[in-house]
Amino acid sequence: MSTVDEVSAPVGRKGTDWRRVGNRHGWTIGVYVLLLLLILAYIWALAPVAFTSFDLKTIVLGGLPLAFAAMAQSVIIISGGIDLSLGVMVAIINVSAASLMEGKSFGSAILISLLLMAMGIALGTINGTLIVLTGVPDIVVTLAMSFVWGGVALLIMRTPGGGAPTEFQSLGTGSFGSEWIPAGAIVIALILLVAWLPIRWRRSGFAIFAIGSNRERAYLSGVNVNRTRVLAYAIGGFFAAMAGLALTATTGIGTPYSGNFITLNSVAAAVLGGVSLAGGKGGLVGPVAAAFCLTLVPAIMVFQGIDPNYSQVIQGALIVVVVMIAGLLLLRERR
Amino acid sequence: MSTAEVTPDEPVEPRANRAAAAGQWVIDRPLVMLSVILVLLLIACEIYSPGYFSAERVGTILSFSAPLAFLAAGQTLVMLTAGIDLSVAATATAAAYIMAGQASRGTATALLIAVLVGLIVGLINGIGVGVFRVNPLIMTLGMASIVSGYLTVSAQSFVTGVPLVPDFVRELAVGNLIGEAIPKSLLLWVPVAALILLGLRYSGYGRTLYAVGDNPIACRLAGVRVWQVLLVTYVLCSILSAVGGVLYVGVINAADLQLVSPYLLPSVAAVVIGGTSIFGGIGGYSGTILGAIILVVLDSLLTLLDASQAVKQIIYGSIILLLAWLYATSTKRV
Repeated sequence: MSTVDEVSAPVGRKGTDWRRVGNRHGWTIGVYVLLLLLILAYIWALAPVAFTSFDLKTIVLGGLPLAFAAMAQSVIIISGGIDLSLGVMVAIINVSAASLMEGKSFGSAILISLLLMAMGIALGTINGTLIVLTGVPDIVVTLAMSFVWGGVALLIMRTPGGGAPTEFQSLGTGSFGSEWIPAGAIVIALILLVAWLPIRWRRSGFAIFAIGSNRERAYLSGVNVNRTRVLAYAIGGFFAAMAGLALTATTGIGTPYSGNFITLNSVAAAVLGGVSLAGGKGGLVGPVAAAFCLTLVPAIMVFQGIDPNYSQVIQGALIVVVVMIAGLLLLRERR
Repeated sequence: MSTAEVTPDEPVEPRANRAAAAGQWVIDRPLVMLSVILVLLLIACEIYSPGYFSAERVGTILSFSAPLAFLAAGQTLVMLTAGIDLSVAATATAAAYIMAGQASRGTATALLIAVLVGLIVGLINGIGVGVFRVNPLIMTLGMASIVSGYLTVSAQSFVTGVPLVPDFVRELAVGNLIGEAIPKSLLLWVPVAALILLGLRYSGYGRTLYAVGDNPIACRLAGVRVWQVLLVTYVLCSILSAVGGVLYVGVINAADLQLVSPYLLPSVAAVVIGGTSIFGGIGGYSGTILGAIILVVLDSLLTLLDASQAVKQIIYGSIILLLAWLYATSTKRV
């Protein structure tokens, strides 16, 4: 976990301070270890059937939409907000993509994707602007907007349907180069590199962490708080659009009600991935792994012949226990 | 404000002052504003569909408001401590479903089991939030998924004999007390509401609740055992939700595994419209009651308009946002 305060720690020291690395990235590393353990459990649950590249692809495409949604929620939570309308925003993009792309060529599907990314940014900007303009708490505005966006999704498509070109779907379901490199994983890495890192290490990125950490102090240091809040929601909207496109690519159809489980799970993935709900702490790399962890649990249970509904119980317990442990660790640190 | 800032040459206009004072009077009494909104909504209903307003209609509105008001009552208590409970709908559904499943054991036992469900969920929530300091949003979110998941998995084992909604519950939820305007659920709702209203104002627990929501650290330093206050609050919230679930299953007359889930977000909305701050310490139950009734009337107005589900949702969300905005701007001027 990184905080704004730590960024200003003395630089130029020789060698690696392992304690500092542990403090800053320990949580993220822990989540990746958990993900690795869950993949091992998946392989073990699959036995005696061998684990093939196809299974790896299944894991990636199952978690892809939630991974993007978790990134969206993380940026917003880091800025000190929360977006309860995230899932329905994903649903809007999902149904728009499925209804626009049906029967189109790959080229126009890519164009439509770009258009929908802009639309995602617009939706996020509307949320952020409403929050800043009204002065109503984030949770209340986005709660109300979840009704509004849900209605919009229903206006676009009333019942599940639509489609997407096969080449577009292979962006989520296919592989890249080797059979063992799922295209979805490449897309996530690419988006993190191209869309997030340039912002993260720029003034505006620091501003997002700063306003999440302490709004007054950020204001006094010359950060335009309102603009940065809107920016965080706009970036969240972009990632929500990516989640909607990923949902279209992996399922091949649009579903107006697809958003319900995404909102709550995105918050869960963000928290499990090391983002503090108080704001200002965390990153996007951890939540991606956490999203895959959350989708692996039900998959493993299906193979074990356990009622997949138990996975809901386990997901819930997992989130609560992890946050509880984090709280206890924090308490110990303070003493 | 210091007296030096007042410039003597500024003309004093008593008329404007009176208007400002009137505005201030309304702002200080959110109930007045909410009542006006409620009346406006009812007038809109009457204009759109003449003959809408009847004794029977009042009864229907009240019997649909009662379950929501119970869920929102719990939500109000929790929000006064600067928390939120996203497990109210799951708890209410579990209580209602298990109550219907155990109805063959006798109505009293079934009702006791329903309250027990609320007690257990509330205890776990309260221990998580109060003792282990888990963020309330995460704790209750996780709990909601645990409760509804466990209910789905073991739905069969909770049912002994023929599942049914006991006549007593059915009668309590939709039966008429006086004429057609006063449903029997008021027999339960009015005393509970009175208890909450008076309890919040006069009991030590009530006042501590506001204090904890306002400043938990100051409370701890003043010797308040904050974790106990939180524990009791979450237990009360879950029990109130369980009762709300039982009333709702009485209104609907059939139990299923998603029964009360459409009431989760409205339970938060009713509290927010009612003027309770999501940051804790400000608000009360009287606003929530009106908030719940407003939401039910709004829903019936949208049904009258014969709008599609999509348009209905858009209008519903916009109005919640608008009311919250009105609230935020009017209180900011104080």
